[in-house]
Amino acid sequence: MKLADKFNELKNRNETALLAYVCAGDPDIESTPQIVDSLIRGGADIIELGLPFSDPVADGPTIQAASERALSAGMNPDRYFELVANLDVQVPLVCMTYYNLIYKRGIERFVKDCVSSGISGLIIPDLPAEESNDLANCCSQEGVDLIFLVAPVTTDERIEMILSKTSGFVYIVSRLGVTGTRSDVTAATSDIISRVRTDIPKAVGFGISNAEQAAKIIAAGADGVIVGSAFVDIIASGNNVEKRLEDLTTEIKAVCRRD
Amino acid sequence: MSDTKYGKYGGQFVPEILMPALEELEQGYEKYRNDPQFLEELNYYLKDFAGRETPLYHARNLSKKYGTKIYLKREDLVHGGAHKLNNTIGQALLAKYMGKTRLVAETGAGQHGTATAMAGTNLGFETHVYMGAKDTERQRMNVYRMEIMGTEVHPVESGSRTLKDAINEALRDWVSNVENTHYLIGSVVGPHPYPMMVRDFQSVIGNEVKQQIMEKEGRYPDSIVACTGGGSNAMGIFYPFIEEDVKLIAVEAGGKGMKYTKDAALHSASLSVGEDGVLQGARTRILQDEYGQILESSSISAGLDYSGVGPELAHLADIGRLLPRVVNDDMALEAFHELSRVEGIIPALESSHAVAHVMEAAESGELGELVVINLSGRGDKDLETVIGLERRK
Repeated sequence: MKLADKFNELKNRNETALLAYVCAGDPDIESTPQIVDSLIRGGADIIELGLPFSDPVADGPTIQAASERALSAGMNPDRYFELVANLDVQVPLVCMTYYNLIYKRGIERFVKDCVSSGISGLIIPDLPAEESNDLANCCSQEGVDLIFLVAPVTTDERIEMILSKTSGFVYIVSRLGVTGTRSDVTAATSDIISRVRTDIPKAVGFGISNAEQAAKIIAAGADGVIVGSAFVDIIASGNNVEKRLEDLTTEIKAVCRRD
Repeated sequence: MSDTKYGKYGGQFVPEILMPALEELEQGYEKYRNDPQFLEELNYYLKDFAGRETPLYHARNLSKKYGTKIYLKREDLVHGGAHKLNNTIGQALLAKYMGKTRLVAETGAGQHGTATAMAGTNLGFETHVYMGAKDTERQRMNVYRMEIMGTEVHPVESGSRTLKDAINEALRDWVSNVENTHYLIGSVVGPHPYPMMVRDFQSVIGNEVKQQIMEKEGRYPDSIVACTGGGSNAMGIFYPFIEEDVKLIAVEAGGKGMKYTKDAALHSASLSVGEDGVLQGARTRILQDEYGQILESSSISAGLDYSGVGPELAHLADIGRLLPRVVNDDMALEAFHELSRVEGIIPALESSHAVAHVMEAAESGELGELVVINLSGRGDKDLETVIGLERRK
């Protein structure tokens, strides 16, 4: 399913999208399908499935640890695409990974693997718009969305440039929960959401872990909320994982329904 | 924006959240790099604080023994015992001109952290150094050195608890405090403008050699030999000679051999046998597995123990302007003793790799008749490592 169609469908129902991130292969390769099912049962609209990289510089310690567990469990791009192809899900899947894994596999081969396994979009946090031409061309040829990020420190000029390149949605980095966040974080988040003026759906992530925070983000004008580390924490605990994933998803999804 | 690439290498492969900071740094550097007041102040610190210029020493005993005329560029005599301060004093001064009040740096064994502490303290910065918890345990002396100068050392407990995790934490700090903080990278690696900026600050080495060798020999050397991890001492001595008819030889750490385990290389020879890839902000030659996961590197010398190499070095190797060579742990150790015994100079284990290559290649004629070795650091810091190794033998 295309990301644009999903966002449209939700908009028509007056709902905000819930994007749930987990790392494929964490804690092991066999568990990932059940984990994804739990998130979807709870109401996740889009699944961001991380393809783990050895040096995840854009991630916090939680997702870094998840990547290490997944790599130890033997996750690699071959197994990733095989796993994704075998998932029986009706929601769009987005692959979140780092550029070297794409570069090494070959851009064309990687994007074609996305298409054949059922990945709708790519998020590459270490690939800024300036460096993205080759991948962007290939993605647009193959019909895969390439999603770019904007941050509270991104200038208006850059926002415009990034909006001209992103497709599917634009990923807005809030500062919630990031080391060293300031007390006016809500103001900073609202500010960046309002500075991104576009018809492209705006999904906000980084540090959103509960319904209360999600509600604030939605009130600030987000079309989607992205939750990752909170799910990864549950997986890491190893305790009643599927039930707790479903419950947290349900709880957050409840505030995404605005009628 | 200026050109961020060296051939196909370099660039800015970083999260969006860092792009404005890189842009600000680039603009700051463009503004001050040729500013007379900045340069005058930089020269003052290089001379009176760092102890430049460093001698170009004719190693007579070594020359005689190996049958070629060998000069040593004595970066081991820079304050702190290595070339690292050339860069940290330059970047710290730039950060001051840009109005920053806080420095963050990563360090592996602690040499760059120590040089950052020296520059940061002297120029009045609040200085924070991130260091893997495994390294703070292994390198307690350097932790003490930094702390004595008032620098806060943060042991990093995440991941493998080593250099790459320290880089992650330093980046997170920078991301959160970018308004008042400068991230002081220690080598010619990372996103543009770091490779260019660090190269420029380290070029004082090569510029001095140019003058000194003309005074002493009336000509440029046939070859220049420098050890290469990230490559800052190599770029520093090579760069002023790129347009000259001088052979440039980059010696990498061969560690325990050119072999691999599942997720590690037993060496650090990314320039010699690495592949095109993207690591920590730049496209360069890196050590990676078949899927593009970064392999851990290995070397007897912490300063060469790195899975990547500066992008400009990768480009110079591609076009054949520099020759990558490999020296293993045993050869480096032998050279460490050889220079100590023959010349009364104890070299850093990093620099020992360059010395070892000259010992090995002098006879073949590859180096010509006049050779300059960049003696990038002194070996006092390595005595514990060396003694430990010999006890085990």
